[in-house]
Amino acid sequence: MSSQYLYVTYIRTTPQKLWDALTSPEFQRKYWFNMHQESSWKAGSPWKMMFSDGRVADAGEILEADPPRRLVIKWRNEFNPELKAEGWSRCVYEIEEDAGVVKLTITHAIEKEKAKLIEAVAGGWPKILSSLKTYLETGTPLPRPIA
Amino acid sequence: MDAVFKALADGSRRELLDRLHARNGQTLNELCEQMDMTRQAVSKHLAILEEANLVATARNGREKAHYLNPVPINDIAERWIGKYERGRLKALGDLKRNLERED
Repeated sequence: MSSQYLYVTYIRTTPQKLWDALTSPEFQRKYWFNMHQESSWKAGSPWKMMFSDGRVADAGEILEADPPRRLVIKWRNEFNPELKAEGWSRCVYEIEEDAGVVKLTITHAIEKEKAKLIEAVAGGWPKILSSLKTYLETGTPLPRPIA
Repeated sequence: MDAVFKALADGSRRELLDRLHARNGQTLNELCEQMDMTRQAVSKHLAILEEANLVATARNGREKAHYLNPVPINDIAERWIGKYERGRLKALGDLKRNLERED
């Protein structure tokens, strides 16, 4: 058995702008709880998600990159020993354009039933996607949530 | 946004979302087993939920798996819940859950 989440959002933008927002650290900081990611975004290149204080939150590798359509990340938590022990998850971004609206589908899965990592990211993805949508459509990100 | 409110304005559809919230990625057959209605009715409700983007689907071989997609609900919450209110509302929500818990 595996754990999987699927998220879909529709954004009034272009595939290229969405790709740029997903892959550039300056954009990410605006909608991703002030975190950013480091990678050259090519198949085989390393990938890291960083807290604003420089600690590594998650790390892995780019498995597939087909800009601006498809990105697959091999993803493991690095800062929480229990989540890290669950091993590798797989996160897939798919970008499709349909009549001026771009559909972003995010699939995050791990080969483990009731995985804590997937539960942990499940709380974050909807907030990140709402903020990303607002940012791309209005130029202003949503305020960061109060912890 | 109209589609989201319309989709949510039905007890059976909210129950389907509850079933997916309890266990994500179920097939039509699995959902039918838990619902007291015809397969055709379940299928129709799922189509309305999918149209409103509250349910997203993925093909897994011959089977179609249904996933709860909470993003539109989060969009609605973000629209009216101000940045200053959120912490307090969460505290109120936690209090309500604690008080209403049966055990």
